Formats: sequence, structure tokens, C-alpha cells
Amino acid sequence: MKNGSDHGTKNVLVEFLLRLGDDRLILGHRLSEWCGHAPILEEDIALANIALDLLGQASAILHLAGDVEGKNRTEDDLAYFREATQFKNLQLVEQPNGDFAFTIARLFFFSTFNNLLCDVLQKSSYETLAGIAAKGFKESSYHLRHSKEWMLRLGGGTEESHRRMQNAVNELWRFTGEMLVFDEVETELQRLNTIPDLSTIASQWSGAAAAVLTEATIIIPFRQKDSGQAGNHAVSGSRHGFHSEYLGHLLAEMQILARSYPDAKW
Amino acid sequence: MNTSDETTLLERFKSRISAGEKIEPKDWMPERYRKQLIRMISQHAHSEVVGMLPEGNWITRAPSLRRKISLLAKVQDEAGHGMYLYSAAETLGVDRRELIEQLLSGQAKYSHIFNYPTLNWADIGVIGWFVDGAAIVNQTMLAKCSYGPYSRANLRICKEENFHKRQGYEIVATMAAGTTEQREMVQDAVNRWWWPSLMMFGPSDNESPNSAELLRWKVKLHSNDELRQRFVDLTVPQAQAVNITLPDSELRYDKKTQHWNFGKINWEEFWNVVKGNGPCNRERMAARQKADNDGAWVREAAVAYTMKQRMNR
Repeated sequence: MKNGSDHGTKNVLVEFLLRLGDDRLILGHRLSEWCGHAPILEEDIALANIALDLLGQASAILHLAGDVEGKNRTEDDLAYFREATQFKNLQLVEQPNGDFAFTIARLFFFSTFNNLLCDVLQKSSYETLAGIAAKGFKESSYHLRHSKEWMLRLGGGTEESHRRMQNAVNELWRFTGEMLVFDEVETELQRLNTIPDLSTIASQWSGAAAAVLTEATIIIPFRQKDSGQAGNHAVSGSRHGFHSEYLGHLLAEMQILARSYPDAKW
Repeated sequence: MNTSDETTLLERFKSRISAGEKIEPKDWMPERYRKQLIRMISQHAHSEVVGMLPEGNWITRAPSLRRKISLLAKVQDEAGHGMYLYSAAETLGVDRRELIEQLLSGQAKYSHIFNYPTLNWADIGVIGWFVDGAAIVNQTMLAKCSYGPYSRANLRICKEENFHKRQGYEIVATMAAGTTEQREMVQDAVNRWWWPSLMMFGPSDNESPNSAELLRWKVKLHSNDELRQRFVDLTVPQAQAVNITLPDSELRYDKKTQHWNFGKINWEEFWNVVKGNGPCNRERMAARQKADNDGAWVREAAVAYTMKQRMNR
């Protein structure tokens, strides 16, 4: 997209940018909760580093979303003054941190996705987005490497760490499906040549995730259609504002100060 | 080693100290020097790590993305300082785990300042301004101390702390120029943090058990009172610049000495907090113990995995 003049185009682009921005904001926020509480100091530093990258990406993307929208909303307006149902992040990223295995498995699933997505988006004709994606690609390569190393350590470490990692993967699996589904928003942007084709990401993600899980000696859960087990159904709807109950609490905490004094500058 | 050898070594050590040379890990040093340094460096490291908690308390509630990012980066830097300092202590023949266990058992101390709560967002600004400001005054001196690894660690830390202090003061200045509520938050935070910040330099030198020895060995180059005075002299004009009142009715500029005179410090409060009875001592220790307990299986897994990798090679 060279300019934002066409109304419909503008809306899908804003929608797409909110999806990207919100994923990174919410996961960055969750990871920041570890700071000061991690298993070793090195990990306080590493998780904070990753959170900082994600929050930086979120800030740039939400800023761009506000620009494209053209209603004078800043990245802070978008982060602090929207309701849960207006957030477009995946349910995956809003889940509470759980134990370290849960945090790592989620980070690995998301980073694998983020890395593939940024790799494609850095070739966008929309240059501002391509620039943000190029930076995101480099950063997510590190996130992916870091989380992969821990997947292997925990999967292959002790009996306890293996059990916890298997549990984490089982718990998280139902949140991964919707990450790989693209709808009319992405299709429209592809049709307009704003972003490249995203259709290979799902299979690439499955291949990459399976390879690491296998190496980590973790059993790959079945997708719902295969398992038939109650409670394991894949979640959906996040991209349209349908969330778990956790998001409201996360936002209540995140937004409290900004919303208590809406006229203040900080 | 016989006594005369020891005496010769001690004399050489003393003359190196007085010549301003740095003592390096492999150099001979008196046992007492080594012990004092381990105590000081590990207390400093523990302070950085426990110090992550009061500020970490506001990461999830920071009022803008920019503030959230800079606060998280700051707390991350503190973890980094903890790492350099534990490494500096390790050059003296202890290991990090041993030191951490001393912290967790309550045997080792950390700066009393981190046992106060962060109650409003302005606390984040005021901590950067006062607590990092006081730390810089102290660490600028320690960057010149006689033990090489500790001196170099402090040099690096000071660079980052200067940045933190500027960031903190900027939060304060922004809020002080903001709404009535924001000004009230800043004044409230200043009222709570001012006196505990002055206590950070430790008791007066005549009541500080370690001072004389540390000064003689050039681990410290200035007395606690000198450092405290320097901090007050630096900070008073900064408070005036943003129209914030420091909570001391006796604060007066003395033209003759060119120093700011200040009121009496409540040392009873200080010792009480040091002994474990501050507002947040229990919470801080509980948070560190919980992180350590919850992380035990992760550390065990990392060790087990490395061992397996080695065996497979």
C-alpha cells in the first residue's frame, strides 16, 4: 500500500497491524513479569531482553497502526485505552506464565511463528512494515535460539523437567492452531500486494516445531480433530477480540495508572 | 609460610596499596582484606539483585510504553550488575551459589534501602534520582578502590547508574511539572525516600565497625559522612530546580563550609531495618527464596542436560 487513501484498505491494514502489535505487547508484558523472579540471574536478563525486543516491536507497530488509522491515536492510546475485546492478540500470549517450562514452550511456539512471519513480512512492498519486520526477524532469531535451547535442556534434562515440559506442551497445544490461520484480513492485504503470501507459514511452523519437540523427546500432541478428547479443542476467535478471562486482568493491571489520570503526561 | 615471610609479604602489600597500585586476584593479600572484600562485594551483589524487586513492582503498571521499556531495561541492568559483582567476588575464591545461599539464609546482608515499599509511580522516579544517585556517589569512589576486579566492576556499573539516575530525575521533573495529583505523588515519594537514602552511606564513621580498616586498605577512599555530605550537596539544588521540598526543616546552606547542613538521621530506624524489621524485609526475602525454590528444578535440569551431552560426545 503506497498510501492510506482507500478506506477499506486502511481498515484491513490497521486490523493487521493491531494483530501484530498486540501479540508482541501482551507477550512482552507477560515475560516482563519474570524480571526479578527467574530461576537464575542469566535468565532474568535473557527474558527481560526478549520482553524488551517484543515491547519495542509492539511500540513501533502500534505507532504505525495509529498513523495509518489517522484518528490521532498514539501507540500509548492504543495500548492503554482499549478494552479487552478490542485487543487482537492470540490467546496463546495472554495466558499466565505458569512454570518456567510453560513460559519457555510458549515462547518457543510464538518465536518460531514470529520468525517465519517476520521473514516473509520483511519482503513487503510496504516499506515501513518491511523495516519493522527486518528488525523483528533478527530479534526473533535470537528468541527462537534461546527458547529452543531451553526446550532441549528441559525436555532432555531430568525426569521432572521432562514431565513439566510435556505438560506445558500439552496445555499450550490448543492455543497454537489459531496462530497459523490467516483470514480475510491477511488475504486482502496479499491481494493488494501490501504483504507477501503467508500461506506457507503454517506448514513451516509445524515442521519446525515438530523437529525441536522430537529432538527434545517431547511427544507431539494431536490436533483436536484427531484426539477427540474433551477440553483439548483448539481455541479460536482471538483475532476478532474473543479472549480468555486472563486478558481483562492483565489489562486492568497494565492500564490502571494511565487510565486513572488520562490527562497526565508521564 | 613462616612469620618473617608473612611480614615481608604484608609490608610489600602495604607499600603497593600506598603507591596506589591495584591488587589483582593472584596477588598475595592478607586474609582479612580478602574477607572484607568478599563481604562488601557480595553485599553489593545481593543489593543489586534484591533491588530488582521494589522497582520490578511497577514494570507491569508503568504508565506508557516508553516508561515500561526503560524501567524494564533498568531492572535488567541491575541483574547485570549482580552478575559482574558475583564474578568479581568469585575472583576471591568463593562461588556464586555459596554467596546466594548466604543471602537466602539471612546470613548475608543487602542494602537496607530495598526494604521500603514502592507505593506510587513517582517512587520509580525518586529511586532513580536518590537511590541511584547515592549509589553513584559511593560507587564512583569504589571504582578507584585498591582491588582490581571490584574497581573495574564499579566503573562499568557507574556508567549505567548515571543513565538510570538521569532517567529517574526525568520522571520526577515531568511529574513535578504535571498535574496536581502528579506533584503530590512526587512529594509523597520524596518524603518517604529522602531519609532512608541518606542512611544508605552507613552509620557515622565513629560508629562504623569496618570503616577504619577499609580506608587504610584503600577499599574505601572517603568516609561515610563525607560521601553522605557530597550526596546532599548534589541533590539539594536538583530538588530546588523542580520545586520539590526535601523533608528536613534543618536543611541550610553554610556559606563558610560551602556545604548543606542537614538534620539528625534516625539511626534507630536504620538499625531496625538492618535487623530485619523494615516494612518489606520479609517480602523481599520471601520473593528471593520463592524464585530460588521454584527455579531449583530448572537449574538441576540444565546441569543434567549438560552432563548427558558431555557423555554422548
